[in-house]
Amino acid sequence: MACQGLAKGETTNTLKAESESLKAKLEEERAKLHDVELHQVAEKIDALGQFVMKTRRTLKGHGNKVLCMDWCRDKRRIVSSSQDGKVIVWDAYTTNKEHAVTMPCTWVMACAYAPSGCAVACGGLDNKCSVYPLSLDKNENLAAKKKSVAMHTNYLSSCSFTNSDMQILTSSGDGTCALWDVESGQLLQSFHGHSADVLSLDLAPSETGNTFVSGGCDKKANVWDMRSGQNVQSFETHESDINNVKYYPSGDAFATGSDDATCRLYDLRADREVAIYSKDSIIFGASSVDFSLSGRLLFAGYNDYTINVWDVLKGTRVAILFGHENRVSTVRVSPDGTAFCSGSWDNTLRIWA
Amino acid sequence: MAKNNSLHPNSNGETDDSPNMLVYRKMEDVIARMQDEKNGIPIRTVKSFLSKIPSVFSGSDIVQWLLKNLCIEDQVEALHLGTLMAAHGYFFPISDHVLTLKDDGTFYRFQTPYFWPSNCWEPENTDYAVYLCKRTMQNKARLELADYEAESLARLQRAFARKWEFIFMQAEAQAKVDKKRDKIERKILDSQERAFWDVHRPVPGCVNTTEVDIKKSSRMKNPHKTRKSVYGLQNDIRSHSPTHTPAPEAKQPTEEELREQIKFWQAQLDRHRLKMSKVAESLLSYTEQYSDYDPFLSTPDPSNPWISDDTTLWEMEASKEPGQTRVRRWGFGIDEVLKDPVGREQFLKFLESEFSSENLRFWLAVQELKRRPIREVPTRVQEIWEEFLAPGAPSAINVDSKSYDKTTQNIKDPGRYAFEDAQEHIYKLMKSDSYSRFIRSSAYQELLQAKKKKSKNLF
Repeated sequence: MACQGLAKGETTNTLKAESESLKAKLEEERAKLHDVELHQVAEKIDALGQFVMKTRRTLKGHGNKVLCMDWCRDKRRIVSSSQDGKVIVWDAYTTNKEHAVTMPCTWVMACAYAPSGCAVACGGLDNKCSVYPLSLDKNENLAAKKKSVAMHTNYLSSCSFTNSDMQILTSSGDGTCALWDVESGQLLQSFHGHSADVLSLDLAPSETGNTFVSGGCDKKANVWDMRSGQNVQSFETHESDINNVKYYPSGDAFATGSDDATCRLYDLRADREVAIYSKDSIIFGASSVDFSLSGRLLFAGYNDYTINVWDVLKGTRVAILFGHENRVSTVRVSPDGTAFCSGSWDNTLRIWA
Repeated sequence: MAKNNSLHPNSNGETDDSPNMLVYRKMEDVIARMQDEKNGIPIRTVKSFLSKIPSVFSGSDIVQWLLKNLCIEDQVEALHLGTLMAAHGYFFPISDHVLTLKDDGTFYRFQTPYFWPSNCWEPENTDYAVYLCKRTMQNKARLELADYEAESLARLQRAFARKWEFIFMQAEAQAKVDKKRDKIERKILDSQERAFWDVHRPVPGCVNTTEVDIKKSSRMKNPHKTRKSVYGLQNDIRSHSPTHTPAPEAKQPTEEELREQIKFWQAQLDRHRLKMSKVAESLLSYTEQYSDYDPFLSTPDPSNPWISDDTTLWEMEASKEPGQTRVRRWGFGIDEVLKDPVGREQFLKFLESEFSSENLRFWLAVQELKRRPIREVPTRVQEIWEEFLAPGAPSAINVDSKSYDKTTQNIKDPGRYAFEDAQEHIYKLMKSDSYSRFIRSSAYQELLQAKKKKSKNLF
């Protein structure tokens, strides 16, 4: 009946208005505690000296764009994945390739090393995340032992093992994140809340924590409780897609890299954005970010082929690294912080120290 | 020059703010400033040997302008940004197919807005064929095909063998029109057209800046905006790009979703927040505490393997003998001890010596439980219950009654988080009690002094 339809429309509108006003109130509350800027407080600490950061290793072997990489806990091995469907495990220290797998799909956008060092996970346009145990026998066909774990309804953008070889956390173009049991492929928990593709996730570095942060094309960064599946905190200040999210080493804050050409720092205790890392001359999107061990430096890879190094506390840029000949797609610091690795659309990976 | 704002709102009144457009818009803002009459780059006509070179400026002009107007401190950075803008086709060297910027007297020209990347060009090979064919018809040295272009033309001739007559006719028609144009105008237009093709059919070995991240390509808001033919040719290929599916209408949130949203905002409002000043101090002190451990800030001892090609650092860390710096780190907080396998071992050893290790062993067992495959969980839960919590348990731990009751309920339907409350309680206990005793213990202090002791014994 016409009048019922009208009533329903009114309710939706009232609810919408209520939601908007609460959101505005939240911003007000957050702003109330903004008594000082981070970089102002950081004026009392010494500026960082001149950095000499160079490419120490170049890993050549992929036939197409490198899309993702991850470090092994042994601090020297890495796994990388490419647009041509290849996933390669390297000893980055010697630059030797140790394993190679060809995935049935192109654009392998995500890869991760298992904590034990005995397996790798990867996926992309196939909408799945698969786990490959790494065999010591060079002649063994890795693809034969492949295990399909995650199933999404759109591309897999990111995957990460939890503290164990037995669980994998995934994010997808279908707008969700999910936690899976590797052995059975069972879905343990799913995370709904993003209104567009989720591009990245990172697990909190706590021994006791059960949380992770995700970022996506809806410009939101969401913090999730792994146990309940609930979105516990949300931040929306970027002007375009959030391509990458990474926790600050203490777990109290996280950084994001976005297509709006900025990187930002959000603190969970202050419940707000606390720093922006940007420059007029940086107009291309930031694809990937990671912190140095102490959290003082933020390494960010950009679509303008460069890596910018930021002083996290003072907000200034301390170095710009040239070398890659196409977009930098991934940047990750090694487990002991002695180096970071960058992967690029120029088909190579570089180790910087 | 009329400014072509290709970023007009579409029929829905929305401007396209997809990631690609964002960058194009920024570059176009810079270009607009570069073309400003007062503060832009001076464009001039240069008299060359036999003719005039219209509408040019030098590479160093661009670099100088960027340094001054975009507050860039470094010439290398200005050169890099300029090269990117050239690679996207916003200005180009008039005598080179390779779109790069040189900081010297090389001449550059602005691209016409018609050919800007923000117009979402995806020119077809038929257009490229017409273009290359047209070039061969115009007897001018400057229009001679480069090797790679000649190869492309040969390939296209084979691929379009059946409609080559049509392509040839198009090329002829265009060549005819071009001949009628003013000589100077022709020079400019020819170079701009060539630069367009240098972006969309780059010299082999050059970056193709039109490549898109496949994750973003399907989100172009207005697929009908994709322009496929430069020369107005109708193609019998699908009119719709396969990667550009029409964006689904943004779903209006349902009543239930709105109620969820309201609940969420209310929960957020109830959150306890810290003042920025406190948070800033905390970030500063954490970074300060760990800067000695950050290889980018303090050179590792003996060296950084990546720089020195010496893996001693890693060998030392793999050994069971923890160095002084490593032991000192355990003193930063209980998480540092729990994170480090050697730290855990020492902590456990100490507690065992005091006959109070059940708390740590329980905590470790629950951590392990959460790491096991889901299949093993029910059995493990039972084992942990029997060992630590059941009446008469051999390693009975002391948990508050609330957690105990909850846990009793949980184990009836055992899941990975069956012991979550108990574990949290035990963690707090360890943090305030066992951990502080460990750090003050002679066992820990000895490890901390170990290096000093050793060096004393050398004499």
